[in-house]
Amino acid sequence: MARRFNFNSELTMAIILIGMILLFFVIQPSLLSGQNLENVGRQASVLSVLACGQLFAILVGGIDLSLGSIIGLTSVIAAKGVLAWGLGWGLLAGILVGVVLGATNGMLISYYRMPAMIVTLAMLYFARGIALIIAGGMPVERLPSAFGILGKGSMLGIPNPVFIAIAAFVVCGFVLKFTRLGRAFYAIGGVEETSYLAGIRVERVKVAAYALSGASAGLAGIILSSRLSSGQPNLGDGLEFEAIAAVVIGGARLGGGKGGIRGTLLGVLFLAILANGLNLARVSSFTQMIVIGCVLIITMIVDRFRAPASRVA
Amino acid sequence: MPLLTAKDISKSFFATCALDNVDFALERGEIHVLLGQNGAGKSTLIKIISGAIRPDAGTITVDGKDAEHLTPIKSKLLGIATIYQEFNLIPDLSVAENVFLGRLPTKERWPHPVDWRKMRKDARAFFEQVGIALDPDAIVRTLSIAEQQLVEIAKALSVDAKVIILDEPTATLTRREISALFTLLKKMKKRGIGIIYISHRLEEIEQIGDRVTVLRDGKLVGTWNAGDVQINELINAMVGRAVDSTGNEDIRHQRKSDDVILEVRNLSDGRRIKDVNLQLRRGEIVGLGGLVGAGRTELARTLFGADKIVAGELRIHGNNVTSHSCRNSIELRIGFLPEDRKSEGLLLNFSVKNNISLPSLKHFNWFGFMRRTAENDAAQDYIGKLQIKTTGPNQEVRLLSGGNQQKVVLAKWLQTNADMLIFDEPTRGIDVAAKEEFYKIILECAVRGAAVLLISSEVTELIRMSDRIVVMREGRIAGELDRSEFDPERLLSLAFGQSSLQ
Repeated sequence: MARRFNFNSELTMAIILIGMILLFFVIQPSLLSGQNLENVGRQASVLSVLACGQLFAILVGGIDLSLGSIIGLTSVIAAKGVLAWGLGWGLLAGILVGVVLGATNGMLISYYRMPAMIVTLAMLYFARGIALIIAGGMPVERLPSAFGILGKGSMLGIPNPVFIAIAAFVVCGFVLKFTRLGRAFYAIGGVEETSYLAGIRVERVKVAAYALSGASAGLAGIILSSRLSSGQPNLGDGLEFEAIAAVVIGGARLGGGKGGIRGTLLGVLFLAILANGLNLARVSSFTQMIVIGCVLIITMIVDRFRAPASRVA
Repeated sequence: MPLLTAKDISKSFFATCALDNVDFALERGEIHVLLGQNGAGKSTLIKIISGAIRPDAGTITVDGKDAEHLTPIKSKLLGIATIYQEFNLIPDLSVAENVFLGRLPTKERWPHPVDWRKMRKDARAFFEQVGIALDPDAIVRTLSIAEQQLVEIAKALSVDAKVIILDEPTATLTRREISALFTLLKKMKKRGIGIIYISHRLEEIEQIGDRVTVLRDGKLVGTWNAGDVQINELINAMVGRAVDSTGNEDIRHQRKSDDVILEVRNLSDGRRIKDVNLQLRRGEIVGLGGLVGAGRTELARTLFGADKIVAGELRIHGNNVTSHSCRNSIELRIGFLPEDRKSEGLLLNFSVKNNISLPSLKHFNWFGFMRRTAENDAAQDYIGKLQIKTTGPNQEVRLLSGGNQQKVVLAKWLQTNADMLIFDEPTRGIDVAAKEEFYKIILECAVRGAAVLLISSEVTELIRMSDRIVVMREGRIAGELDRSEFDPERLLSLAFGQSSLQ
């Protein structure tokens, strides 16, 4: 699965990452302070979980533009659920929202053969609209304090969201490397026809990929809502694009079939440290956006130079 | 002086010689038919004339002028137009827009907007002049195949093409449309246009052809006036000498069995295949011959469950199959090696072992987790059994040679314990030594009790490997030959549709 290749690019990415950390450290030593690292950890956790989901969608040759909106809807439903049914059920409802919407995306894309970009774009509007309606355009507040533990608490000095992010990486990495489903993702993303002729149920696997993607948005939504101790219908706006950036910088190909958890992790760290470092260096967030744009283009260029004939003509 | 001459044209693709010192000439106002089996070199010659490929040796002259270093653009400027089976039309634009593509008339005054009225007027006038009945405003997508073909011809004529090459123009036309096309072609002849006509319909030669050229294995066999030659002489020319059909006679005898593994009756797929009856027995190698487009791959895919069955019965291991699918086939132990191994048979970016395990993921599965050691061992096993030249189970399959890649494809089906194997052009693009190896392997599969369906365009291959050969033509079974009746001429007659040799 082009693993040898990824190793080289991941090594390069890791080196760039370390270089970046050193550079920012020199500019602003508080980068590596406990307080700052805790902030970075909390911030990056949400992106981590989301990027894992986006990776699945991209691996099967698609994309998920609805993740941000699913976060919003999850936030509202989880909050209302907690108020109505208690903490456990509320959180579960939140994740289920992600799974159901993701599966819906998947079914439209695979069984009805609609382009992923359009389907998830439609879901982007759809989910956001429903979230706003259910919330009545206002945040859902007065939630029990236990609701905030997930996003604001920490164990052994490490923020809870970081544990969740680590768990997400481990589980997703495991699925991709060791399970039948993960193998099917890479196969379908590689050459769909070959996978079809080999008896892989292409449609079902694609639905699974998008369902997992939606679930990741559900989880991300819960973490974010927990940090804010409220259900916010406008939450997550634009996060799907950060997730795409992280996955692509991490070496995944948008046509599918290439990419992995290690790379995605590096991509997330890259974006998180970049944002944090530039913040500490008092660089405006507008300049940060320019930097991210350039990084994406450079990633594509480098990838083009590296890959000899890896795509079937 | 001939309108177009090609002299001493030679072309090789790596180790394969596609054309060997071929001479071809086209006169003004003639329809020159180009004949030959699959792989004889017809399309290579056409591509060289139209500038799509550069020859290794030889010259092309158009109207007496040397045409050096032809490119598609240059050949177009010289007046050479090619009309392939897959049209180069923009479906959502109108007929006139397609004809004037790239050279839409614009108005004098700035900003030079397109002069739609002029375009339509010019198109109408032009169609009248050449005798093509088309509505310039019709959207191409709404036209029939025959009408779209007319648009292509109109395109060629509108840029004053002197040489028009038609590749299988009548393959998808009705009788009436063919007749209309021939009337148009005759009109074009009168205007001095030279037409190179590739077709598998031998009866058309006497209807429309002036001269015939036959290619075989890249070499020119001969050029005749259409009226001076008989159909069976042409078939003879396309086929050549009798072919050696020996090979392992005793093993063949031992393999015979009556156990029917797969059987179809009145099979139709609603698209290409009509009313096919076929039986495949254990230990038997059935060759499936026919021209390109006869429906062999479509039949294979339908048998494997990749395409839907619209009518007819399918029985596997004696049981009626109602809802068929690839998954179903694999569970019933059928394997399918597709025509294009790179885009259908393999995952090029995957390793050898991951390719081999692909249809058997269930088998290497343990509560959802992949048994990676078992996967590795299985791959090692097949690397040994099939002598696959690779650095190991982890090597990426795209780094293997064609022959070894094909072995990996076979290994993945052997891994599923397939006892019915469908090979679609298995030795295409493989060098001679690897081919021989593969033949031995296919025979070995049959000896071990598999039923083999071997689709091939190479008559030699079919005759050598098969116990019996079934020939398809235009979606149906045209006939069947038993080993004792094997004869290249008869095969080709069946493939071309000549029921009796005149």
